[in-house]
Amino acid sequence: MLFEVKDLCGPNVPPVSFALAAGEVLPVRGESGVGKSQMLRALADLSPHEGEIKLEGVEQQSMPATDWRRQVALVPAESGWWADTVAEHFPSRPSEAWWERLRLRAALWESPVERLSSGERQRLAVLRALALEPRVLLLDEPTANLDRDNAEAMAGLLLDYLRDRSAAAVWISHDPREIAVHDDRWLEMTAEGGVLHGSV
Amino acid sequence: MDLYSLTPVDLIVASGLVLALGVVQILLGLGLFRTLALNSVRMVLQLLLVGVILEAVFDAATLPWIVLIAMVMMGLAGYEVVARQKRAIRGWHGFGIGLAAMSVTALIVTVLALTLMIETDPWYEPQYAIPLLGMILGNTMTGIGLALNNLTQTAWQSRAEIEARLVLGHSVREATAELRSDSMRAGLIPTLNMLAAAGVISLPGMMTGQILAGSAPIEAVKYQILIMFLITAATGFGSLIAVQLGARRLFDARDRLRLDRLRSGR
Repeated sequence: MLFEVKDLCGPNVPPVSFALAAGEVLPVRGESGVGKSQMLRALADLSPHEGEIKLEGVEQQSMPATDWRRQVALVPAESGWWADTVAEHFPSRPSEAWWERLRLRAALWESPVERLSSGERQRLAVLRALALEPRVLLLDEPTANLDRDNAEAMAGLLLDYLRDRSAAAVWISHDPREIAVHDDRWLEMTAEGGVLHGSV
Repeated sequence: MDLYSLTPVDLIVASGLVLALGVVQILLGLGLFRTLALNSVRMVLQLLLVGVILEAVFDAATLPWIVLIAMVMMGLAGYEVVARQKRAIRGWHGFGIGLAAMSVTALIVTVLALTLMIETDPWYEPQYAIPLLGMILGNTMTGIGLALNNLTQTAWQSRAEIEARLVLGHSVREATAELRSDSMRAGLIPTLNMLAAAGVISLPGMMTGQILAGSAPIEAVKYQILIMFLITAATGFGSLIAVQLGARRLFDARDRLRLDRLRSGR
C-alpha cells in the first residue's frame, strides 16, 4: 500500500482508517464542519493528532516533517501567499503544458499575487503543490472557486498526474461526478467517524 | 557647585500645577480627574519607596542586597513584557522567554560596563550599578515587549501564509524568516529613534540629571554616550534572543504552527 491511515483521530478529527494503493483516489464527503479539512491537516502533520499514518511503510512521525509534507502535499481550501509575485512562490517554473491545461495566462507568472482572482489562486496553488511531485495529494475542494470548464480541466489534470506518477489522492469534493474513477469507493465523514463505502 | 535641595513645599507647589489641570478638566466635564489623581499619587508613592530602598541599599552596599534588588527589577520587567502583549505566549514560557532574553543581555551589558568601562570599586557599587541596570532594563523591556508583541500578533494574522509554506515542505526557519526580521525591527525602532533624536530633539534624561546635579556638560555627555551604546546593544541582542526563542515556541517538534500556545486577544 502506498498510503495507510490507521485509527487517525484528533481534536476536531473523528476517528478514521483507510488505505490507498498507487494511482488510487479516495473521494471524501460529509457535512460541513464535521472535520474533513481537519483530517487533511492531520494527514499532512499540520495539527496534533493520534494514530498511525504510513507512506510506503514509513511512519509519519519517524520522518522529518518537512520531508513528509513534500511527499504528502496538502492543498488547503484557502491558499496562502507570502511573497509579492506569483513566481516567487514556485521552486521552478511549472511545465508549460500544465499551465496551458489549466488555462492560465502566461502573463500571470510575473504578476502580483494581490491581482489574482480566487479561481486563479486556486489553480496556481494546485500547480505549486504539484511542482513538488508529491506521492500523495490531499485536496480540499480544489475546484470550489472554478467555473465548470475550469473545474473539468483541473480534475482532468489532477487525475492524469495521479495516473502518470502512480500517486494517490484524498479528495474532498461536493460534486460526486467530479472524480470519475474506476471503483466507486468513497469515504463518508460523520461526527462519529469515517465510513468507507463501496467496494473495499 | 552644590545641589539646590528641594523642600516638600517646592513639590507641593509643583503638584498644584497638576491639581489646576484636574480642576480645568472637571470644569470642562472631561472625567479624567480620577485617573490623573490616582496616577500622580501612585507615582509619588513609588518614587518615595524607591528612594527609601535605595538609601538603605547604598548604606548597606553588599552584593547580596544588590543582587536581590536586581532580581526584583528583572522579575517586574519580565511581567511587564508579557502584560504589554495582546497575544502573549501562554504560561511560563511567555514569561520565561522575555525574562531570559532581558536578564541575559541587560545583566551582561551592565556588568561589562561596570567592570570594563566605568571601573567602579567595588564593581557592584550600588550608586552606579542600580541606576545603570534600571536604565538598560527599562529600554530592553520596551524593545523586547514590542518585538514579541509583533511576533505573536503577526503570526496570528499570517497563519495562512506561514502554513502555506509549511505544506510546501519549507522549514520553520524559512517560513518565519520575514516574521523574525520584522519583529526584530519592531523591537529596535524606539532605540533607533532615541539615537537619532539624542541631543537634537530631546535632551536625554540622565544627561539632564547629571548637569542639574552639577556635572560638567561634557562629562554628562560622555556618560550619556556610554549609556546609549549600552542600551542599543542590550535592546538589540535582547530582541534577537526573544524573537528566536519566541518564534521557536510558536512551533512544536513536528514543525506545526501552534497558535493555541498564544493567549486569546484582549
